Amino acid sequence: MSTDLVPLAFLMWAVTYPSRAVGLLTPGIHRLPRPALDYLQLVGPAVLAAIAIVNTLFPTAGSTTIEVGVAWISVGVCIALVAWRRNLFLGLVAAVAIAIAGRAVGLQ
Amino acid sequence: MVDGLGILVSAAGFGFVYGLTARTAGGFSPIEAMAMSLIAFAGAAQFAAIGYVAAGIGWPVIALLTFLLNARHVLYSAALAPWFAGRPVAERAGAAQLLTDESFALSVAHFRRLGRFDGFGYWYAAIVTTFIPWNLATLAGVTIGASIVDPSRLGIDVIFPAAMAGLAVLLISGRRELVAAGAGAAIGVVVSLTVSTTAGVIAGGVLGPFVGLLVPAAKAKEPPGGVEDPRR
Repeated sequence: MSTDLVPLAFLMWAVTYPSRAVGLLTPGIHRLPRPALDYLQLVGPAVLAAIAIVNTLFPTAGSTTIEVGVAWISVGVCIALVAWRRNLFLGLVAAVAIAIAGRAVGLQ
Repeated sequence: MVDGLGILVSAAGFGFVYGLTARTAGGFSPIEAMAMSLIAFAGAAQFAAIGYVAAGIGWPVIALLTFLLNARHVLYSAALAPWFAGRPVAERAGAAQLLTDESFALSVAHFRRLGRFDGFGYWYAAIVTTFIPWNLATLAGVTIGASIVDPSRLGIDVIFPAAMAGLAVLLISGRRELVAAGAGAAIGVVVSLTVSTTAGVIAGGVLGPFVGLLVPAAKAKEPPGGVEDPRR
Protein backbone atom coordinates (compact mmCIF):
# COMPACT_ATOMS: atom_id res chain seq x y z
CA MET A 1 0.00 0.00 0.00
CA SER A 2 1.49 3.34 -1.07
CA THR A 3 2.60 5.86 1.52
CA ASP A 4 4.19 8.28 -0.96
CA LEU A 5 1.73 11.08 -0.18
CA VAL A 6 2.06 10.94 3.61
CA PRO A 7 4.88 13.55 3.58
CA LEU A 8 2.59 15.77 1.52
CA ALA A 9 0.02 15.54 4.32
CA PHE A 10 2.67 16.81 6.75
CA LEU A 11 3.61 19.58 4.32
CA MET A 12 -0.03 20.66 4.04
CA TRP A 13 -0.23 20.65 7.85
CA ALA A 14 2.92 22.75 8.07
CA VAL A 15 1.46 25.48 5.87
CA THR A 16 -1.99 25.32 7.50
CA TYR A 17 -1.28 25.17 11.24
CA PRO A 18 0.41 28.58 11.48
CA SER A 19 -2.70 30.20 10.00
CA ARG A 20 -4.84 28.45 12.58
CA ALA A 21 -2.56 29.23 15.50
CA VAL A 22 -1.35 32.76 14.92
CA GLY A 23 -4.43 34.43 16.34
CA LEU A 24 -4.87 32.08 19.27
CA LEU A 25 -1.21 32.08 20.28
CA THR A 26 -0.28 35.72 19.67
CA PRO A 27 -0.76 37.75 22.84
CA GLY A 28 -2.90 40.82 22.44
CA ILE A 29 -4.08 40.12 18.94
CA HIS A 30 -7.63 40.58 20.25
CA ARG A 31 -6.69 44.19 21.03
CA LEU A 32 -6.51 44.98 17.36
CA PRO A 33 -7.97 48.32 16.24
CA ARG A 34 -11.75 48.38 15.97
CA PRO A 35 -11.78 48.49 12.14
CA ALA A 36 -9.68 45.31 12.08
CA LEU A 37 -12.02 43.60 14.54
CA ASP A 38 -15.01 44.72 12.49
CA TYR A 39 -13.37 43.20 9.43
CA LEU A 40 -12.71 39.91 11.23
CA GLN A 41 -16.32 39.77 12.32
CA LEU A 42 -17.40 39.71 8.68
CA VAL A 43 -14.90 37.13 7.44
CA GLY A 44 -16.96 34.10 8.49
CA PRO A 45 -20.14 34.93 6.56
CA ALA A 46 -18.15 36.12 3.52
CA VAL A 47 -15.82 33.16 3.19
CA LEU A 48 -18.50 30.56 3.93
CA ALA A 49 -20.82 32.16 1.39
CA ALA A 50 -18.02 32.18 -1.18
CA ILE A 51 -17.21 28.51 -0.52
CA ALA A 52 -20.90 27.58 -0.73
CA ILE A 53 -21.67 29.34 -3.98
CA VAL A 54 -18.44 28.30 -5.68
CA ASN A 55 -19.06 24.65 -4.78
CA THR A 56 -22.67 24.92 -5.93
CA LEU A 57 -22.09 26.64 -9.26
CA PHE A 58 -18.77 24.97 -10.12
CA PRO A 59 -19.16 21.39 -8.87
CA THR A 60 -16.54 19.95 -11.21
CA ALA A 61 -13.03 20.34 -9.75
CA GLY A 62 -10.93 22.76 -11.76
CA SER A 63 -13.83 23.90 -13.93
CA THR A 64 -14.59 27.60 -14.37
CA THR A 65 -17.88 26.97 -16.16
CA ILE A 66 -21.15 27.36 -14.29
CA GLU A 67 -23.15 24.13 -14.21
CA VAL A 68 -26.91 24.33 -13.70
CA GLY A 69 -28.20 21.50 -11.54
CA VAL A 70 -30.53 20.31 -8.84
CA ALA A 71 -27.86 21.33 -6.32
CA TRP A 72 -28.96 24.93 -6.86
CA ILE A 73 -32.43 24.06 -5.57
CA SER A 74 -31.05 21.94 -2.74
CA VAL A 75 -28.75 24.68 -1.48
CA GLY A 76 -31.40 27.37 -1.97
CA VAL A 77 -33.94 25.43 0.06
CA CYS A 78 -31.33 24.74 2.75
CA ILE A 79 -30.59 28.48 3.00
CA ALA A 80 -34.30 29.31 3.25
CA LEU A 81 -34.95 26.68 5.93
CA VAL A 82 -31.93 27.64 8.02
CA ALA A 83 -32.88 31.32 7.79
CA TRP A 84 -36.46 30.50 8.76
CA ARG A 85 -35.98 27.86 11.46
CA ARG A 86 -32.32 28.51 12.46
CA ASN A 87 -31.84 24.74 12.15
CA LEU A 88 -28.97 23.51 9.99
CA PHE A 89 -29.80 19.85 10.31
CA LEU A 90 -33.29 20.41 8.95
CA GLY A 91 -31.82 22.34 6.03
CA LEU A 92 -29.36 19.59 5.19
CA VAL A 93 -31.99 16.86 5.32
CA ALA A 94 -34.15 18.87 2.93
CA ALA A 95 -31.19 19.54 0.62
CA VAL A 96 -30.29 15.86 0.36
CA ALA A 97 -33.93 14.82 -0.08
CA ILE A 98 -34.36 17.28 -2.94
CA ALA A 99 -31.15 16.09 -4.60
CA ILE A 100 -32.24 12.44 -4.38
CA ALA A 101 -35.74 13.23 -5.68
CA GLY A 102 -34.43 15.46 -8.44
CA ARG A 103 -31.97 12.92 -9.70
CA ALA A 104 -34.55 10.17 -9.50
CA VAL A 105 -36.59 12.07 -12.08
CA GLY A 106 -33.58 12.69 -14.28
CA LEU A 107 -32.31 16.12 -13.17
CA GLN A 108 -28.54 16.58 -12.83
CA MET B 1 -26.56 20.61 19.94
CA VAL B 2 -28.97 20.32 17.00
CA ASP B 3 -26.73 22.51 14.84
CA GLY B 4 -23.86 20.25 15.87
CA LEU B 5 -25.81 17.26 14.59
CA GLY B 6 -26.18 19.01 11.26
CA ILE B 7 -22.44 19.63 11.13
CA LEU B 8 -21.77 16.02 12.12
CA VAL B 9 -23.89 14.81 9.22
CA SER B 10 -22.16 17.26 6.92
CA ALA B 11 -18.67 16.22 8.05
CA ALA B 12 -19.54 12.56 7.64
CA GLY B 13 -21.04 13.07 4.19
CA PHE B 14 -18.24 15.28 2.99
CA GLY B 15 -15.56 13.06 4.52
CA PHE B 16 -17.06 10.05 2.79
CA VAL B 17 -17.05 11.85 -0.55
CA TYR B 18 -13.47 12.95 0.09
CA GLY B 19 -12.34 9.38 0.78
CA LEU B 20 -14.19 8.13 -2.25
CA THR B 21 -12.78 10.85 -4.51
CA ALA B 22 -9.24 10.47 -3.15
CA ARG B 23 -9.34 6.79 -4.04
CA THR B 24 -11.04 6.99 -7.40
CA ALA B 25 -9.87 10.33 -8.81
CA GLY B 26 -6.53 10.80 -7.07
CA GLY B 27 -5.39 7.21 -6.74
CA PHE B 28 -4.70 7.72 -3.01
CA SER B 29 -4.17 4.63 -0.89
CA PRO B 30 -6.21 4.37 2.32
CA ILE B 31 -3.09 5.31 4.33
CA GLU B 32 -2.50 8.40 2.20
CA ALA B 33 -6.12 9.53 2.35
CA MET B 34 -6.23 8.99 6.12
CA ALA B 35 -2.92 10.82 6.61
CA MET B 36 -4.45 13.84 4.91
CA SER B 37 -7.55 13.74 7.10
CA LEU B 38 -5.72 13.07 10.38
CA ILE B 39 -2.72 15.37 9.91
CA ALA B 40 -3.73 18.18 7.56
CA PHE B 41 -7.43 18.03 8.55
CA ALA B 42 -8.38 20.68 6.02
CA GLY B 43 -11.46 19.65 4.04
CA ALA B 44 -11.53 21.98 1.06
CA ALA B 45 -7.74 21.96 0.76
CA GLN B 46 -7.74 18.16 0.86
CA PHE B 47 -10.23 18.07 -1.99
CA ALA B 48 -8.15 20.54 -3.94
CA ALA B 49 -5.04 18.43 -3.30
CA ILE B 50 -6.66 15.46 -5.03
CA GLY B 51 -6.91 17.53 -8.18
CA TYR B 52 -3.40 18.89 -7.79
CA VAL B 53 -1.89 15.41 -7.33
CA ALA B 54 -3.92 14.00 -10.20
CA ALA B 55 -2.71 16.87 -12.40
CA GLY B 56 0.90 16.22 -11.43
CA ILE B 57 1.43 19.61 -9.79
CA GLY B 58 4.63 19.85 -7.75
CA TRP B 59 4.50 19.76 -3.96
CA PRO B 60 5.87 23.29 -3.44
CA VAL B 61 3.03 24.65 -5.55
CA ILE B 62 0.53 22.45 -3.70
CA ALA B 63 1.89 23.83 -0.43
CA LEU B 64 1.50 27.42 -1.64
CA LEU B 65 -2.05 26.82 -2.86
CA THR B 66 -2.93 25.07 0.41
CA PHE B 67 -1.55 28.01 2.38
CA LEU B 68 -3.61 30.47 0.36
CA LEU B 69 -6.79 28.42 0.60
CA ASN B 70 -6.39 28.05 4.36
CA ALA B 71 -5.22 31.62 5.01
CA ARG B 72 -8.76 32.45 6.10
CA HIS B 73 -8.00 30.57 9.32
CA VAL B 74 -5.83 33.50 10.38
CA LEU B 75 -8.99 35.53 10.63
CA TYR B 76 -10.97 32.78 12.37
CA SER B 77 -8.14 32.37 14.85
CA ALA B 78 -7.95 36.08 15.57
CA ALA B 79 -11.73 36.28 15.92
CA LEU B 80 -11.67 33.43 18.47
CA ALA B 81 -8.74 34.92 20.42
CA PRO B 82 -10.85 37.10 22.76
CA TRP B 83 -12.90 34.09 23.79
CA PHE B 84 -9.74 32.09 24.57
CA ALA B 85 -8.08 34.93 26.48
CA GLY B 86 -6.49 33.59 29.66
CA ARG B 87 -6.65 29.94 28.62
CA PRO B 88 -3.46 27.81 28.82
CA VAL B 89 -1.11 27.87 25.83
CA ALA B 90 -1.42 24.10 25.37
CA GLU B 91 -5.21 24.40 25.16
CA ARG B 92 -5.00 27.20 22.61
CA ALA B 93 -2.41 25.28 20.58
CA GLY B 94 -4.62 22.22 20.55
CA ALA B 95 -7.67 24.26 19.68
CA ALA B 96 -5.78 25.71 16.71
CA GLN B 97 -5.08 22.26 15.27
CA LEU B 98 -8.83 21.57 15.18
CA LEU B 99 -9.92 25.00 13.90
CA THR B 100 -12.07 24.56 10.81
CA ASP B 101 -14.90 26.42 9.10
CA GLU B 102 -17.34 24.23 10.99
CA SER B 103 -15.78 24.39 14.45
CA PHE B 104 -15.36 28.15 14.11
CA ALA B 105 -18.96 28.73 13.08
CA LEU B 106 -20.41 26.40 15.72
CA SER B 107 -18.26 27.61 18.60
CA VAL B 108 -18.64 31.32 17.84
CA ALA B 109 -22.41 30.92 17.63
CA HIS B 110 -22.31 28.99 20.93
CA PHE B 111 -20.12 31.57 22.68
CA ARG B 112 -22.38 34.34 21.44
CA ARG B 113 -25.43 32.61 22.85
CA LEU B 114 -23.72 32.15 26.22
CA GLY B 115 -21.92 35.48 26.21
CA ARG B 116 -18.73 33.75 27.43
CA PHE B 117 -16.13 31.09 26.58
CA ASP B 118 -17.18 27.47 27.01
CA GLY B 119 -14.41 24.88 26.66
CA PHE B 120 -16.75 21.93 26.31
CA GLY B 121 -18.62 23.75 23.57
CA TYR B 122 -15.45 24.27 21.54
CA TRP B 123 -14.14 20.72 21.90
CA TYR B 124 -17.58 19.32 21.17
CA ALA B 125 -17.75 21.39 17.99
CA ALA B 126 -14.20 20.54 16.95
CA ILE B 127 -13.93 16.87 17.86
CA VAL B 128 -17.35 15.27 18.16
CA THR B 129 -19.08 17.02 15.29
CA THR B 130 -16.12 17.42 12.93
CA PHE B 131 -12.83 15.58 13.54
CA ILE B 132 -14.23 12.15 14.42
CA PRO B 133 -16.96 11.92 11.75
CA TRP B 134 -14.62 13.42 9.14
CA ASN B 135 -11.97 10.78 9.75
CA LEU B 136 -14.30 7.82 10.15
CA ALA B 137 -16.13 8.81 6.99
CA THR B 138 -12.84 9.27 5.12
CA LEU B 139 -11.91 5.73 6.10
CA ALA B 140 -15.28 4.46 4.98
CA GLY B 141 -15.13 6.37 1.73
CA VAL B 142 -11.65 5.27 0.78
CA THR B 143 -12.15 1.61 1.70
CA ILE B 144 -15.74 0.76 0.86
CA GLY B 145 -17.00 3.82 -1.00
CA ALA B 146 -15.68 2.65 -4.33
CA SER B 147 -18.50 0.12 -4.44
CA ILE B 148 -21.06 2.93 -4.59
CA VAL B 149 -21.46 3.58 -8.27
CA ASP B 150 -22.88 7.10 -8.13
CA PRO B 151 -22.75 9.02 -4.80
CA SER B 152 -24.60 11.94 -6.39
CA ARG B 153 -27.73 9.79 -6.66
CA LEU B 154 -27.69 9.67 -2.85
CA GLY B 155 -27.39 13.45 -2.67
CA ILE B 156 -24.01 13.25 -0.94
CA ASP B 157 -22.45 15.86 -3.20
CA VAL B 158 -24.84 18.63 -2.11
CA ILE B 159 -24.11 18.21 1.59
CA PHE B 160 -20.92 20.31 1.60
CA PRO B 161 -22.18 23.41 -0.24
CA ALA B 162 -25.49 23.24 1.63
CA ALA B 163 -23.67 23.02 4.96
CA MET B 164 -21.39 25.94 4.10
CA ALA B 165 -24.38 28.03 3.02
CA GLY B 166 -26.32 27.11 6.16
CA LEU B 167 -23.36 27.98 8.37
CA ALA B 168 -23.04 31.34 6.65
CA VAL B 169 -26.73 32.01 7.34
CA LEU B 170 -26.25 31.14 11.02
CA LEU B 171 -23.45 33.71 11.26
CA ILE B 172 -25.58 36.49 9.80
CA SER B 173 -26.90 38.61 12.64
CA GLY B 174 -27.28 41.96 10.90
CA ARG B 175 -27.09 43.91 7.68
CA ARG B 176 -23.31 44.07 7.73
CA GLU B 177 -22.93 40.29 7.82
CA LEU B 178 -25.62 39.93 5.17
CA VAL B 179 -23.89 42.37 2.83
CA ALA B 180 -20.49 40.78 3.48
CA ALA B 181 -21.90 37.33 2.68
CA GLY B 182 -23.62 38.56 -0.48
CA ALA B 183 -20.52 40.39 -1.62
CA GLY B 184 -18.30 37.41 -0.81
CA ALA B 185 -20.54 35.16 -2.88
CA ALA B 186 -20.72 37.57 -5.82
CA ILE B 187 -16.97 38.20 -5.84
CA GLY B 188 -16.38 34.47 -5.52
CA VAL B 189 -18.43 33.75 -8.62
CA VAL B 190 -16.86 36.52 -10.73
CA VAL B 191 -13.30 35.55 -9.83
CA SER B 192 -14.08 31.85 -10.31
CA LEU B 193 -15.33 32.60 -13.81
CA THR B 194 -12.30 34.67 -14.72
CA VAL B 195 -9.45 33.07 -12.77
CA SER B 196 -10.13 29.89 -10.79
CA THR B 197 -12.44 28.61 -8.11
CA THR B 198 -9.60 28.60 -5.56
CA ALA B 199 -8.96 32.26 -6.28
CA GLY B 200 -12.70 32.86 -6.13
CA VAL B 201 -13.00 31.51 -2.59
CA ILE B 202 -10.01 33.55 -1.40
CA ALA B 203 -11.13 36.76 -3.12
CA GLY B 204 -14.69 36.41 -1.84
CA GLY B 205 -13.51 35.78 1.70
CA VAL B 206 -10.97 38.61 1.72
CA LEU B 207 -12.88 41.30 -0.19
CA GLY B 208 -16.45 40.53 0.92
CA PRO B 209 -15.90 41.90 4.44
CA PHE B 210 -14.65 45.22 3.01
CA VAL B 211 -17.98 45.64 1.24
CA GLY B 212 -19.77 44.76 4.48
CA LEU B 213 -17.84 47.48 6.29
CA LEU B 214 -19.52 50.05 4.07
CA VAL B 215 -22.75 49.36 5.98
CA PRO B 216 -23.08 51.35 9.23
CA ALA B 217 -22.40 49.21 12.31
CA ALA B 218 -25.16 48.14 14.66
CA LYS B 219 -24.84 49.09 18.32
CA ALA B 220 -22.17 46.94 19.98
CA LYS B 221 -22.76 44.67 22.99
CA GLU B 222 -20.56 44.78 26.08
CA PRO B 223 -17.50 42.57 25.65
CA PRO B 224 -17.18 39.49 27.91
CA GLY B 225 -14.87 39.95 30.88
CA GLY B 226 -13.73 43.35 29.75
CA VAL B 227 -11.89 41.86 26.79
CA GLU B 228 -11.85 43.64 23.47
CA ASP B 229 -14.53 41.88 21.50
CA PRO B 230 -14.85 41.38 17.73
CA ARG B 231 -18.55 40.59 18.02
CA ARG B 232 -21.09 43.10 16.82
